[in-house]
Amino acid sequence: MPNVAEISAATSRAAAANRRGTARSRAARIGTERVIRGSLLACALLSIVTTFTILVILLVQSASFFAMPQVSAWEFFTGTTWAPLLGEEKHFGIWPLIAGTLLVTSIAAAFALPVGLLVAVYLSEYAPSRVRAILKPILEVLAGIPTVVYGFFALAVITPFLHDHVSESFGTFNALGAGLAVGIMILPIVASLSEDSLRAVPRSLRDAAFAMGGTRFDVSTKVVVPAALSGIVASWLLAITRAIGETMIVALAAGGLASMTLNPAHEVQTMTAYMVQIFTGDAPAYGIEYKSSFAVATVLFVITLALTIVGNLFLRAFREEYE
Amino acid sequence: MHSLGARAHSTTRTRTPGEIVAAATPTSQVGRRVVDRAFLGVCIAFTALAVLLLVILLVSIWQDGHARLSWQFLSAFASRKTEEAGVRAPLWGSIWVCVICAVAALPIGVGTAIYLEEFSKRSRFRSFIQLNIANLAGVPSIVYGILGLTAFARAFGTANSEDPIAFGQPESFFYLQLPFGHGVLAGGLTLMLVVLPIVIVSSQEALRTVPGSLRTAALALGATQWQTTWNITLPASIPMIMTGGILAMSRAIGEAAPILVLGVPLFIRSTPINLMSDFTVLPLQIYNWSMRQQSGFHELAAAGIIVLLAVLLTLNALAVIIRHRLQRANG
Repeated sequence: MPNVAEISAATSRAAAANRRGTARSRAARIGTERVIRGSLLACALLSIVTTFTILVILLVQSASFFAMPQVSAWEFFTGTTWAPLLGEEKHFGIWPLIAGTLLVTSIAAAFALPVGLLVAVYLSEYAPSRVRAILKPILEVLAGIPTVVYGFFALAVITPFLHDHVSESFGTFNALGAGLAVGIMILPIVASLSEDSLRAVPRSLRDAAFAMGGTRFDVSTKVVVPAALSGIVASWLLAITRAIGETMIVALAAGGLASMTLNPAHEVQTMTAYMVQIFTGDAPAYGIEYKSSFAVATVLFVITLALTIVGNLFLRAFREEYE
Repeated sequence: MHSLGARAHSTTRTRTPGEIVAAATPTSQVGRRVVDRAFLGVCIAFTALAVLLLVILLVSIWQDGHARLSWQFLSAFASRKTEEAGVRAPLWGSIWVCVICAVAALPIGVGTAIYLEEFSKRSRFRSFIQLNIANLAGVPSIVYGILGLTAFARAFGTANSEDPIAFGQPESFFYLQLPFGHGVLAGGLTLMLVVLPIVIVSSQEALRTVPGSLRTAALALGATQWQTTWNITLPASIPMIMTGGILAMSRAIGEAAPILVLGVPLFIRSTPINLMSDFTVLPLQIYNWSMRQQSGFHELAAAGIIVLLAVLLTLNALAVIIRHRLQRANG
């Protein structure tokens, strides 16, 4: 609630503004108001235009890709060979790219979702306020680091570590190194969004559980986490969306070989990494490989859009309201 | 809450009273304390792991790159000889692109937020825009690169990219052409699209913190909606809006994927002179250096990262200072 001084200061400012306004006619004021309202509406409409333009570009370019005689939509959506650049016979089956994306994303999620939640529970339920005051900024620093830096980290630190200490089979490019780097990248997203929803759980619920003799562990895992579950799942889905769309880390550390593999030591190519390969000039512009990247982008767009929508629905449908 | 209740019910149904008393005896109390302590230990261990990872990240990059940091590194162009290479072109490219992005994204983003928070009624249309913005925030940045490439760099193929319609001389500072090609303007506008959802959402949050009574007071004095917004609501929320804006800019500076899709040249030995100039940005230069296997480039990439992180740190410090100043100025 604003105090009386704030309100009176605001009203005197408003009065001054009004005095400035009196010189002009009422009609002029209404005219100005309309113009401003119109330009603000135009700003808001830009976001719709953006979405619409993305959709049109992706659909038109994908359509012209599928219209090419060498391409069949059936092979694209069911094929397990992705060989757009090599040899005479080109293959456009998207599953190796999806498999690569899923492998990297699963590794990242397996690391970041549980660890992020534990960090969130610690920050929200256990940590003394002094510790929290130090840890929150550290999470913000982690969240602010550009992804290309994590890519370099995967290439220069994580992969050599895996090669030297885990298994010799880890090459320069591998799914595990890239996946862990993506996991570190999405960790702060999970931690800080989950913490926000944990802290939004009202104190009275905790007090009630403590009054029944629950330990902090009981209260956290049986009361607070279930109550905040919609927010936690939403943060997970957002983090997974980020991981799927992440580009620079996988382009640097995962490699460029599209293969159907579940071996984390192998080189894989994700959808985004393929797009980077095409747009950095491995393919002649306007050729079939070039057009194929738009079809891949369409698949990527549809997957991330679906996840975002599911996340928002989840947040709305399962939100537990407390007053 | 229900789970706790459900558990209590099931215990009363399945256990005898004696067992319940037994379950609540000190041994089980001790057991639960042990679980609690162990869980705390696990939480602390993983939190420490996150902090440790950040420390390893920063220390390893510093070790790899600090030897290459010098005035020469900042003032030299990229070079095939690693000992002569520097970040002059990407550093200036990043600054140009970031300024263009800020000039475009802040007014549009804040304008959208004002429309949604202050001018629109709660309607289907409003929630449609809101949903649309939420979805845009989840679109991978590389997809925005495709949009920028098609819309800005090529103008949807309406004009010939090889033979653009030019206004002025290519050497002058006000040179413009259509389509924009892969110049700094196309780069800045593409990044604007990437950060616009962030700017909109953070500005909306800022506007929502302004108490409704202030607006009501202004409106009661006969101020129009815009006069209220301009004189009352915006001044009260500008520190938060600026903070959000600067955070969005630091996201823009770190983005490489959309710029990469635009097809900027890999090797640049000039700084931008006008909106159509060729450019590269720091993250992209770091990417190019990291991709090279030859010795020396690795250190260059690490040194480039240090410069990039220093730029981001400066921006964030700026955000803190601005917030502080404006908060004081507002009383």
